[in-house]
Amino acid sequence: MSEMQLLTWVRGTGLNIAIGLFLAGVLWRLLEIYSLGRKKDLSAPRAAAGASGWHTILRRNLPAPGMLPKAPVTYIAGGIFHVGLAVVVFMFAPHIELFKSLTGLSWPGLPSQFIHLTTIVTLVAMLVLLVDRIKNPVKKYLSTFEDWFTWALTFIPLLTGWLSVQHLLLPYTTMLTVHILSVELLLVLLPFTKLFHAFTAFGSRWFNGSANGHKGVAV
Amino acid sequence: MQGPLIESLARRGISRRNFSKYCATLASMMALPPLAGHAMEKALAATPAPSRRPSVIWLPFQECTGCTESITRSHSPTLESLIFESISLDYQETLMAAAGHQAEEALHAAMKANAGKYLVIVDGSIPLGLDGAYSCIGGRSNVDTLKEVAKDAAAIIAMGSCSAYGGLPKAHPNPTGAVAVSDIIKDKPIVNIPGCPPIPVVMTGVLAHFLTFGTLPELDQHGRPKSFYGETIHDRCYRRPFYDQGKFAKTFDDEGARNGWCLFELGCKGPVTYNSCATIKWNAGTSWPVESGHGCLGCSEPDFWDGGGFYRALSAPANPMQKISVALGAGAVVGLAAAAINRTKKSAAKTGHETTTLEDLEKSK
Repeated sequence: MSEMQLLTWVRGTGLNIAIGLFLAGVLWRLLEIYSLGRKKDLSAPRAAAGASGWHTILRRNLPAPGMLPKAPVTYIAGGIFHVGLAVVVFMFAPHIELFKSLTGLSWPGLPSQFIHLTTIVTLVAMLVLLVDRIKNPVKKYLSTFEDWFTWALTFIPLLTGWLSVQHLLLPYTTMLTVHILSVELLLVLLPFTKLFHAFTAFGSRWFNGSANGHKGVAV
Repeated sequence: MQGPLIESLARRGISRRNFSKYCATLASMMALPPLAGHAMEKALAATPAPSRRPSVIWLPFQECTGCTESITRSHSPTLESLIFESISLDYQETLMAAAGHQAEEALHAAMKANAGKYLVIVDGSIPLGLDGAYSCIGGRSNVDTLKEVAKDAAAIIAMGSCSAYGGLPKAHPNPTGAVAVSDIIKDKPIVNIPGCPPIPVVMTGVLAHFLTFGTLPELDQHGRPKSFYGETIHDRCYRRPFYDQGKFAKTFDDEGARNGWCLFELGCKGPVTYNSCATIKWNAGTSWPVESGHGCLGCSEPDFWDGGGFYRALSAPANPMQKISVALGAGAVVGLAAAAINRTKKSAAKTGHETTTLEDLEKSK
């Protein structure tokens, strides 16, 4: 199989399989998680919950008061990495072309140089987080195989994408194939690992905020 | 410098200086040291007597003659064709005067007289289906002819994507069982000069290299001369800055297209295509596909016909998404089944729940 045939396979059949498994996995996990439900809180609300749920979705993007000096690496590198990843995934013109062909939706992209810079910053932030996870005894103690594995699962597509655009290490065609394959692996495993927080994080925040509001800690 | 070639060129209005410049350019295109241009000049100018010129046999198989058209209508026909003054083209069906059994006799005479020394140029793929019956010349299948002619060849040049990789005839579903030269011949040096058609100067460059140094140029993993196929179209494209700025033509007649923006979104395969169209260009350096407003098709890459559509962006899926509803359905079924199991567990736990009273706790003390 030549590199071009392999690339055509990962862009074609491979992508079909990955997206199929991803969609099936996401629907499965969402149905499973949300169908569990929660017991209805029968107590009288201490305060009107109002928009506590929605506020919490936004507020939890920021560190809780006093927490930033205690875990600066987690907050700063974590924040940079999440925003950077979103920019690279959703604002790089070839990626937008993929979303357009899959969903029909498109939006203007950002200049490649800006995306390159963002990618480097994001990669560095991820490396800093990894070193912190290794150096920080508490984090290291709490880390399981899944934490290391999902870090690699996220890091590799970012790295291979950057290497392919920069024509480093392997010929572009091969590196692009590796990049797409790594993204496909990420898609397939995302619903079944902690990476599924991409789908559940905001729902959980809303639930917690709303419950807290009900208990009188409206935000 | 004198010689029959110089005189012949002079008769056609080409000065020795122009010839020198041509050799220097050829050497520089092949990334050879400056002295190599001079060596080429000497080697080509010292055109030997016809009987001592290197014999070249050109075999046409499943092809469209586009490759021959490309070389014979190259941008400096006289200069490019000077290569024919330095070689003895003993068999070329399109160009030779002989036909029928006379042509076949010429082929066999050349093979016999130059055994072990002649070069073979092949254009077109070789069909293996029905024992090669899809393409026959003089009652013999292409595969038989190739094996016979290649046996005593010094080297083989696969001219064009069909002979280099199988090309259009090999495209899915490959009805004739077409294959490349390298799929059949394993024991001879093979240079692939892919392209549909290939750039003429690439072929003359390889021949000049062979005539000057007696060796073949350095090749990449696809057997292509690195000097011509070392970089991608995308990296050498004059529209590259627009790619970097994120400026893309969305259709062939929108503002972006008129402003000459990048054709990536219109399916340009420049990023994965190794060739020198962007630097050498076509038709006397007039233009090349991207300059005339069409994306690169990727014709110098293996299996470019089956690369997922010429007008589909490289980052878009090669095939339309299939069975998405099946995937969603399967996900829903598994999800609902998991939900049902969890509910059953919950209600079982609820039913099985035993209330512990204070008395129970006291008792257990």
